[in-house]
Amino acid sequence: MSATEAREPPMRLTATGWTLVALAAAVALLVVASLSGLIAKGHPLDTLFVDPFRQMVDAPDLLVQTIWEGLVSGVLYALIALGFVLIFKASGVFNFAQGIMVVFAALTLVGLHEMGVPALLALVLAVGVMFVLAVGVERFVLRPLVNQPDIILFMATFGITYVLIGLGELVFGGNPKQMIDEQLFLPKGAIELKMLGGFVSLQKIDIAAAVIAAAMIAALAFFFQHTRIGRALRAVADSHKAALSVGISLNQIWVIVWFTAGVVALVTGIMWGARSDVSFALSTIALKALPVLILGGFTSVPGAIVGGLIIGVGEKIGEFYWGPLVGGGIESWLAYFIALAFLLFRPQGLFGEKIIERI
Amino acid sequence: MTGRTYVLGASLALCLAGTALSAAPAAAQESIYVPLLTYRTGPFAGSGIPIADGMADYLRMLNERDGGIGGVKLVVEECETGYDTKKGVECYESVKGKNPVVVNPYSTGITLQLIPKAAVDKIPILSMSYGLSASADGNTFPWVFIPPVTYWDGASVFIQHVAQTEGGFDKLKGKTIGLIHLDAPYGKEPIPVLEKLAQTYGFTLKLYPIAAQDMQNQSSTWLNIRRDRPNWIYIQGWGAMNPTAVKEAAKNNFPMDHLVGVWFAGGDDDARGGGDQAKGYKALNYHQAGTDFQALKDIQKFIVDKGLSKAPKDKVGENLYNRGVYNSMLIAEGIANAQKITGKKAVAPEDVRRGLEAMNITEARLKELGLEGFGSTVKLSCEDHSGHNKVFIHQWDGAKWVKASDWIAPQKDVVRPMLEASAKEYAASNAGWPKRTEPCEKSS
Repeated sequence: MSATEAREPPMRLTATGWTLVALAAAVALLVVASLSGLIAKGHPLDTLFVDPFRQMVDAPDLLVQTIWEGLVSGVLYALIALGFVLIFKASGVFNFAQGIMVVFAALTLVGLHEMGVPALLALVLAVGVMFVLAVGVERFVLRPLVNQPDIILFMATFGITYVLIGLGELVFGGNPKQMIDEQLFLPKGAIELKMLGGFVSLQKIDIAAAVIAAAMIAALAFFFQHTRIGRALRAVADSHKAALSVGISLNQIWVIVWFTAGVVALVTGIMWGARSDVSFALSTIALKALPVLILGGFTSVPGAIVGGLIIGVGEKIGEFYWGPLVGGGIESWLAYFIALAFLLFRPQGLFGEKIIERI
Repeated sequence: MTGRTYVLGASLALCLAGTALSAAPAAAQESIYVPLLTYRTGPFAGSGIPIADGMADYLRMLNERDGGIGGVKLVVEECETGYDTKKGVECYESVKGKNPVVVNPYSTGITLQLIPKAAVDKIPILSMSYGLSASADGNTFPWVFIPPVTYWDGASVFIQHVAQTEGGFDKLKGKTIGLIHLDAPYGKEPIPVLEKLAQTYGFTLKLYPIAAQDMQNQSSTWLNIRRDRPNWIYIQGWGAMNPTAVKEAAKNNFPMDHLVGVWFAGGDDDARGGGDQAKGYKALNYHQAGTDFQALKDIQKFIVDKGLSKAPKDKVGENLYNRGVYNSMLIAEGIANAQKITGKKAVAPEDVRRGLEAMNITEARLKELGLEGFGSTVKLSCEDHSGHNKVFIHQWDGAKWVKASDWIAPQKDVVRPMLEASAKEYAASNAGWPKRTEPCEKSS
């Protein structure tokens, strides 16, 4: 897990730091012991701690490929997590419906195209549907529930989930659909780079996903840092009452935030749909955002991004190099494990605010 | 607030009324109630919808064309399981009281839950080529049927296909064969047989489990495949897992004709997602795709053209749709046999159990049914509830599935003893497992 450690933000060499140093020293010691023949190949210690690193050195092209796959997944996890963070910041709600919003947005796009709407118009219409959804959620769910305990709002997002599942199936049917990536001018095929004695294959669609996600995150960051609405959003995030008292419209902010989360969901849906297909199974991908949120903190946009990348790369490396030792299929829980390991050292998450409540 | 309460009450009342209405036809005399546990929603709906359509359409076609079976109308009712075991068991409990002649769970997880109930409730289970492979042993599982083949048979056919392509079983030595499987009871089914065959023929078996939540997130699995370089890959996947695997294989330049799916990984949507690159992808099958069969034409004439089908016209005849048709053909044969054996018209579940056990669908019988050359012949017996019937290799030509091999018989000599041992083990680990008391038919 060396790659993930390298991404740790700088911190003082406290107990945490010393633990890491001790761990690194132990691994180095094992490597030396193994190289000098003290631990034979096939010894459990060797298999667990040395052999994976030997594989990384022996086939660096595979290591690069693994990291690349991790980064691509990480960007997409970050996008999903971003949807959660935006809504959590503005309304203090963990939006359980974020996963199904990904499916619903992608389904709307593909479904409209199936009904004969040209691809780009379908894209615009899908964005429009997400806007209507945002207005609807604000008007019929959030507004009547304002000032209720957070848990009530959380339960309401369960309701939204089932409404969206039902509505999606009613209008577009439950059968899987192909993403219209070609019609949307998304690139196809792969670039094969010969390097390090092998090859690394980069899917063009993955590159596009990374670029689009990065552009989107940059735009969102600018929007929320430097515009009036962005400042209002941050005010709302700090305190609903204080924001109201200076004349910020909560309703307007909620619509904007849910709409933004909807657009993020649409982009995620397009990118992930192009990697497999558009079906209701996609909503389980959203569960991947949970460890990212644990790691990055619920309120931090950079946390979502860095957390997504750490989880993405960490789980792919873990699955690829350590998974076979236990029969594979470990990445689904490894993500949580990585997140929890980080929490041991930073309980507030990577960029979360340290909350000190005095009694 | 009162207004809301009123609306809530009214909708509740409507729901209750709906349940009462749907229950009414089942209670009518002189009809045969066939519940279908299907799933048109949830993550696996992609595979579930065409099967549900095919099953319902064939049975309704019998009603429209022949007035049912033996002159008795069938009451077909779907119960939505969402491929969720808990919901499936609830479905079973809800249909149990309506005198169902046979239950089709359509999920291995649900089947495993229902197997212990079958003997108690005296309702036969027809788990067509899914479920517990060991239930092929009719002595231990008199109420469970798994025709025409089990997953274990399927795995043995896959290995035979590999051997045929490679030029003999001796060529398997030193080869690496991978199994990509859903990390669930269904996905793990073929492992014992593949392990045994790996020992026998000296190939290396590599397992690539895929958790349900990572069905569409397989990149690390395929990195492992790139490292291990298996010569062949067998897919025991379901739902969105299959098209993702096919796409990943294309991405990773894995030779498509060395990628073979079990019959449930052979949907049209599974292959279509891979685009041109999916050409050559193979899957096992025991029935044909297409509508070039009289019974399928009748479905079009009596059901689809009249707007009675839920399936879009162009989906009729797709591989998984026809899987549903084949399944319903087995149900209908079970009922028809039961009528023949007992002389009754409105048969009971225990009669249909006998009818299923006496199943003998020959080429001639298929022709009578308007399904000449459509699917595998099936012969069941008192001991053998699967039949270990023949399977062939289907291949995707870029637009549709085409038959790409002769009929291949499973290695019954390998599979059968394993199944029987496994059935014994099942009975032993479930204390008080009932001994078979149902007599065998003399002329079955």
